[in-house]
Amino acid sequence: MSDAIDRPNVQGSENPDTRSPVSTGSEWTFELIRQYDEEIAKCAAEFGLDTYPNQVEVISAEQMMDAYSSVGMPVGYNHWSFGKQFLSTSKGYQRGQMGLAYEIVINSNPCIAYLMEENTLPMQALVIAHACYGHNSFFKGNYLFRTWTDASAIIDYLVFARNYVSDCEERYGVDAVEQILDSCHALMNHGVDRYKRPAPISAAKEALRQEEREEYLQRRVNDLWRTIPKMDEDEDPIKRKKRYPEEPQENLLYFIEKNAPLLETWQREIIRIVRKLAQYFYPQRQTQVMNEGWATFWHYTLLHRMYEKGLVTDGFMLEFLQSHTAVVYQPPFNSPWYSGINPYTLGFSIFTDLRRICEDPTDEDREWFPDIAGTDWIKTLHFAMANFKDESFIQQFLSPKVMRDMKLFAIQDDDMEDSYKVTAIHDEPGYRELREKLARQYNLSYREPNIQVWNVDLRGDRSLTLRHVPVDRVPLGEDTEEVLRHAHRLWGFDVHLESVDEGTVVEEYHCPHPPPLKP
Amino acid sequence: MGMTHIVDRRLNGKNKSAVNRERFLRRYRHHIKKAVSDAVHRRSITDIERGENVSIPTRDIDEPVFHHGQGGHREMVHPGNQDFVAGDRIPKPEGGSGQGQGQGKASPDGEGMDEFAFQITQDEFLNFLFDDLELPNLVRKQLKDTESFNYVRSGYSTQGVPAKLDVIRSLRGAHARRLGLGGARRKKIRELEAQLADLKSAPADLDAAFSHDDQIRVLEDEIARLKANVKRIPFIDEIDLRYRQHLKQHKPATSAVMFCLMDVSGSMTQMHKDTAKRFFILLYLFLKKNYKKIDVVFIRHHTSAKEVDEEEFFYSRETGGTIVSSALKLMHKIIDSRYSPAEWNIYAAQASDGDNWNDDSPICGKLLTERILPLVQYFAYVEITPQDHQMLWYEYERVQEQFPGSFAQQQIADPSEIYPVFRRLFERKAA
Repeated sequence: MSDAIDRPNVQGSENPDTRSPVSTGSEWTFELIRQYDEEIAKCAAEFGLDTYPNQVEVISAEQMMDAYSSVGMPVGYNHWSFGKQFLSTSKGYQRGQMGLAYEIVINSNPCIAYLMEENTLPMQALVIAHACYGHNSFFKGNYLFRTWTDASAIIDYLVFARNYVSDCEERYGVDAVEQILDSCHALMNHGVDRYKRPAPISAAKEALRQEEREEYLQRRVNDLWRTIPKMDEDEDPIKRKKRYPEEPQENLLYFIEKNAPLLETWQREIIRIVRKLAQYFYPQRQTQVMNEGWATFWHYTLLHRMYEKGLVTDGFMLEFLQSHTAVVYQPPFNSPWYSGINPYTLGFSIFTDLRRICEDPTDEDREWFPDIAGTDWIKTLHFAMANFKDESFIQQFLSPKVMRDMKLFAIQDDDMEDSYKVTAIHDEPGYRELREKLARQYNLSYREPNIQVWNVDLRGDRSLTLRHVPVDRVPLGEDTEEVLRHAHRLWGFDVHLESVDEGTVVEEYHCPHPPPLKP
Repeated sequence: MGMTHIVDRRLNGKNKSAVNRERFLRRYRHHIKKAVSDAVHRRSITDIERGENVSIPTRDIDEPVFHHGQGGHREMVHPGNQDFVAGDRIPKPEGGSGQGQGQGKASPDGEGMDEFAFQITQDEFLNFLFDDLELPNLVRKQLKDTESFNYVRSGYSTQGVPAKLDVIRSLRGAHARRLGLGGARRKKIRELEAQLADLKSAPADLDAAFSHDDQIRVLEDEIARLKANVKRIPFIDEIDLRYRQHLKQHKPATSAVMFCLMDVSGSMTQMHKDTAKRFFILLYLFLKKNYKKIDVVFIRHHTSAKEVDEEEFFYSRETGGTIVSSALKLMHKIIDSRYSPAEWNIYAAQASDGDNWNDDSPICGKLLTERILPLVQYFAYVEITPQDHQMLWYEYERVQEQFPGSFAQQQIADPSEIYPVFRRLFERKAA
């Protein structure tokens, strides 16, 4: 790709003539995997990578497809959408259209990584370096993962969720459960707390809490849904105007779980399960560039370190570099293979360049990164890994050199104009603007529509109103009506959605009925 | 470090997704059923040993989420700039929609993105074909025995024809018998001979009163008697003889011929024919499990019968009346000329809507009972009609009474009944 990835390791003091490689063939054995892991772990320790213990599981290609189609959850509840995923994965694989991912790694403690038995030994070593030391240290170190996920509890929780869902299927029927799950999945991306830290999950606590809730609900009469309004409040026009919830709420699933009037207890539990999973995956959605970039940087660095120590052969390195190059290949915008920016390339380039800025800064670097240029690269990279998400990471660390190497440029597409406009390119006047735009592109609330719970008509038809606040006049997509049907299924009464741009309603959606005309 | 735990999971089940896959098929069974129906039209009845490709419109299986639509003002950063500079304008393509999220929706293999395509297995195909009825019992049932046998060796017997005498076995038995009968005596002889030798070698006593001569004579007599005894044991006796034994074993018949008879007169609609086709498929599948080679003969008839190929059988249209016996006659003729019952297992399936000229039905009954049924393994008749029976049915009822083991008839009103009917037809009363 670019010279950004040309051998950053030149510090080798060992004499390459004194090689004693761990192995020379390409067939792996369990013993060799263990030996490689040991050596890679030693290298990782040299660089101060802090990881959870690893659990490496060797699996077959079929099992990899299984793992794939359950979005990387080692245990999952049953749902047709995973079957759909499986069918398309296996079709692609059988046709040879798609190599399977070399690895899947799970944010758990111990950190579970899958190795495919079909891989050659160099590939297994690459995967170990990438997953067991790269991703693993990211899971353990990055603030989002530390804040939002509980690596030690997730497996138990998944088992709990699977059992709960299958119990419900037995008691209420597969169809009833499937309907609820479908609706929850439709709102899953809007089922996360973006700012508030959730309580850690624990399967045992979940079960206890469920019992409590069931009991509590038996006794409780929800004040919200008292059918007889109090007279004195009716007379107070200000109180009448008061919205519920008073502040808009971003977590639609949470709001529905707590407030939907007609749901049965088990249905609320299923909503809760889906939103807990959404929350668990939320950090991954916000750190794709960083996470992959970090893991790629480390497999590259660790295996080069192995080479310097004479632990791997030239043939090993050639095979490894070939895979590595494929992983970080970025097709240009006008290539038929182009499908957006490759997060591996972007992340790897930024981390690699960060190291260069620390070790070998130019005047440009000193001007752009005065706090970083010339500092200890290991500390700086760890700081960058630990304290940012994609958006802020790019904003903070995307250097002019990476922009030049990748030849980035920004295109503006405005529906009021009949041509696209190039607004910034990789040159002096464009760097800052370009960086800002790319950073924003990775802001989840920019990628996904901002939709919040706005009001529930407590005294009238109990309808739920959601509010969409468009950014840059971008409207909602064509699925909106369909998603609203799902929201309606969960809520049980009419659901309205209005797009409100600077105080004016620009678009309305209703399910199933438009509201009566206001006098 | 040593914190890494390496586990071999390859022996764990690989079908973790089976349930999810099944859920998917269940959810889209209407789409799949339609694909299966179409496949039945398209495929030959002998072509059912494989699954089927199914396509479902992508929009039907989409999982909707809130996302951004087209329009508004947006900016995207792309890589690989060649000669753009800030401020350049690029005309939008005709009917230009936005750049989207940069996630090209092109399919890598040029297959339309509007279709979600996948494969179902043969079992799933059959399940959908016969309306989710399971086919587990569709295994080798004992059908009527065939004429050909194999002989397999099954040990030895003491009786048999001389041609099957096993010389080695017999001699070995004789040897054992000789040892058994003579052993004790031979031992005795050896003992006596040793005594005799002792006596003879002892220095002769001068005193005649103590002479060994008497003893020697007694011993010699005894030895001679024993030797004669031993000599009388026969070298081979009748009880030594062993004959190789063979068992007659039913030879798995390797070839069968299946006659498909169908009424194609005006009253048979395409729906009737489709139902019949499924019935024929099922019969074929059933025979396939029992025979290596299967010929299929298609005979269509209205007032006269004709042997045709499959395409014509199912899909060409005819009008006019119905004479069922024409088909039976033709079938008999074909058996006579091409399918000798000694070499072929003959099956026949006849489908009709029950129409026949009333005069003809007794002829059919006669043809079946006198000429056809003695030759065939099984003859199944299905009447595809929701209506009341006509003459032919009642005639066939009498046939069934006479040949309960090789003739059966059933009525089908709807494709979902095919499999139960098939099962009833092929239920064997204790063989």
